[in-house]
Amino acid sequence: MKNFGIVAALIPFGALLAIAFVFTIGWERPPIDVQQVGYRGTGMEEPNNPREQAVLRAMNEVPPEIYPLDSPADLAAAPTAGEIYENVQVLGDLPEPQFTRLMAAITEWVAPEEGCGYCHNLENLADDSLYTKTVSRRMIQMTWDINSNWQNHVKETGVTCYTCHRGNAVPQNIWFNEEPQRFASAGMLGWNDSQNQPTEANAYSSLPVSAFEAYLSGDEPIRVQADAALPTTEGGSSIQQTEKTYSLMMHMSDGLGVGCTYCHNTQAFSSWELSPPPRETAWHGIRMVRGVNGTYMDPLTDTFPAERLGPTGDVAKANCATCHQGVFKPLYGVSMLGQYPSLSGAP
Amino acid sequence: MPTYQNVFTRVQVQGHPHYGVPLPAGDEPRVGKPIFSKLLGRFGNAQIGPVYLGSLGLISLAFGLTAFVTIGLNMWASVDWNPIEFVRQLFWLSLEPPAPEYGLSIPPMNEGGWWLFAGFTLTVSILLWWVRMYTRARALGMGTHVAWAFAAAIWLYLVLGFIRPLLMGSWAEAVPFGIFPHLDWTAAFSIRYGNLFYNPFHALSIVFLYGSALLFAMHGATILAVGRYGGEREIEQIVDRGTASERAALFWRWTMGFNASMESIHRWAWWFAVLTTLTGGIGILLTGTVVDNWYLWAVKHSFAPAYPEMWAPIADPAQGG
Repeated sequence: MKNFGIVAALIPFGALLAIAFVFTIGWERPPIDVQQVGYRGTGMEEPNNPREQAVLRAMNEVPPEIYPLDSPADLAAAPTAGEIYENVQVLGDLPEPQFTRLMAAITEWVAPEEGCGYCHNLENLADDSLYTKTVSRRMIQMTWDINSNWQNHVKETGVTCYTCHRGNAVPQNIWFNEEPQRFASAGMLGWNDSQNQPTEANAYSSLPVSAFEAYLSGDEPIRVQADAALPTTEGGSSIQQTEKTYSLMMHMSDGLGVGCTYCHNTQAFSSWELSPPPRETAWHGIRMVRGVNGTYMDPLTDTFPAERLGPTGDVAKANCATCHQGVFKPLYGVSMLGQYPSLSGAP
Repeated sequence: MPTYQNVFTRVQVQGHPHYGVPLPAGDEPRVGKPIFSKLLGRFGNAQIGPVYLGSLGLISLAFGLTAFVTIGLNMWASVDWNPIEFVRQLFWLSLEPPAPEYGLSIPPMNEGGWWLFAGFTLTVSILLWWVRMYTRARALGMGTHVAWAFAAAIWLYLVLGFIRPLLMGSWAEAVPFGIFPHLDWTAAFSIRYGNLFYNPFHALSIVFLYGSALLFAMHGATILAVGRYGGEREIEQIVDRGTASERAALFWRWTMGFNASMESIHRWAWWFAVLTTLTGGIGILLTGTVVDNWYLWAVKHSFAPAYPEMWAPIADPAQGG
């Protein structure tokens, strides 16, 4: 058998490939669409799996408008919600039909199964006894804040309740502070330095799991690269800090479904001059998330019942994936504010 | 006549066990009755044993095993001694060096102390094995080329885990003992220090690494290809050039314009392999100690390429209004 050698050489090669497929994850079959985003030959490319994109497209469609809004003339003639209902603290200035429509929309977006009773005492809608009502009120203010004060991140597209909730009472992409490693502190072995545990928080890498706490509720410095060619007397970031930043970047990449080169030029990650423009939007996004977590979520800690809190008793917090849900622009950049103008800012 | 030029081993010599050349006076003999393995014969020598470890080998193995078990038990403890999770997450698990706060001091055992311990025992093991390699080569009357090549690898290992952390004043700079964690370290190291591809010694190391692979393939292929003319007797052909050597030389002159000699090809291979880790170690040693950002260093020395602008440059939003 003349070609035995070649045939035999393919067998172990094929076997190794098969083993690699079985024991590793994340394989995607070709073809993969690649879009060039920078100068040719520099690896500035955005790869996308068209089959995965089709699924993501379907999962990130804007829901149909609940029902048309009354004409401006009708709304102007209508009494306000505050005039008709009791205890309407933040939406009291809305015309009543618009208020009712927004309540119906929020029900669809947040509690489609549970209905009005998820936030309201059905015996007395004005009653504040359910914590969910207090939280919703704050979340409406947060939405206004984001849409009017964080336009350097959300632009004119803005956000609505649906951007995060998508029909879930609790948005699917939230995070809690990581539990300290319980057994290691008591034992003699096994300290993991808050790393080496594949979770969604580090995009299933062995990078630190403490990045959200450090950068998205805390404001530790994210930048780790030196500003000068030569070392300075102050010293620079440690490898551990670098890995924590890396972990945050893995989350952003995972949460937005993009690669490093969507925001960075890998020739020099830290250089703003070389970075693609989305990096600036992302920079504001990080500050926005810190604002959301610090101004809105943290103060609600005592409002939530214990079962809604994390393992260390902290409130659920937002990260990039909370809104983005695997897409570079939430809901592919389709704005819902035109249909629900009452959410675009405080009246 | 069985042929040697197949890409797989077709010829297997199994006969009376070979007990090797006489050892110098005072050397302990190897112990155990040799066995033959047909399977291993497909990859190398079919004869297994007799064995000789001696005190150097035994102490080296004991230290090496201590390091291995220390790393393994720490990994296992980090998943709360769950055997299934240990296997499932094995590639993610690691024995981590101390946090930066500890500098070069001795941290508590469970906050990096075990890393220092494992690093120490592993280093003792490796250094003793190096001594064994040197003395065994001498005992056989050989040159010590293999020991020095191994020393080149040890140089890189020591730079990564000992010399550079010493110069940086922090054990935290060293590499963790884990599969993915050490790869994360590598990526983070390059990112932290502004892209290691602009480090000239890193570039040299890559040249020698890829070059080693290329030379290995070229040499292995050449010798197999002239096997039917006795090309495997390459050392003899250094001084007594046979037809195999002539054909191999002409082949490379035709395809590459130049050929190494039967002797020089082995020096090419040795130097390329040794220089991979020697230059790599220098590159790592300079990083953070004398250069903090390789990209900016390359800009300063005018060898970082600049590409045409594809978008209006953005400014750092943290600077000014």
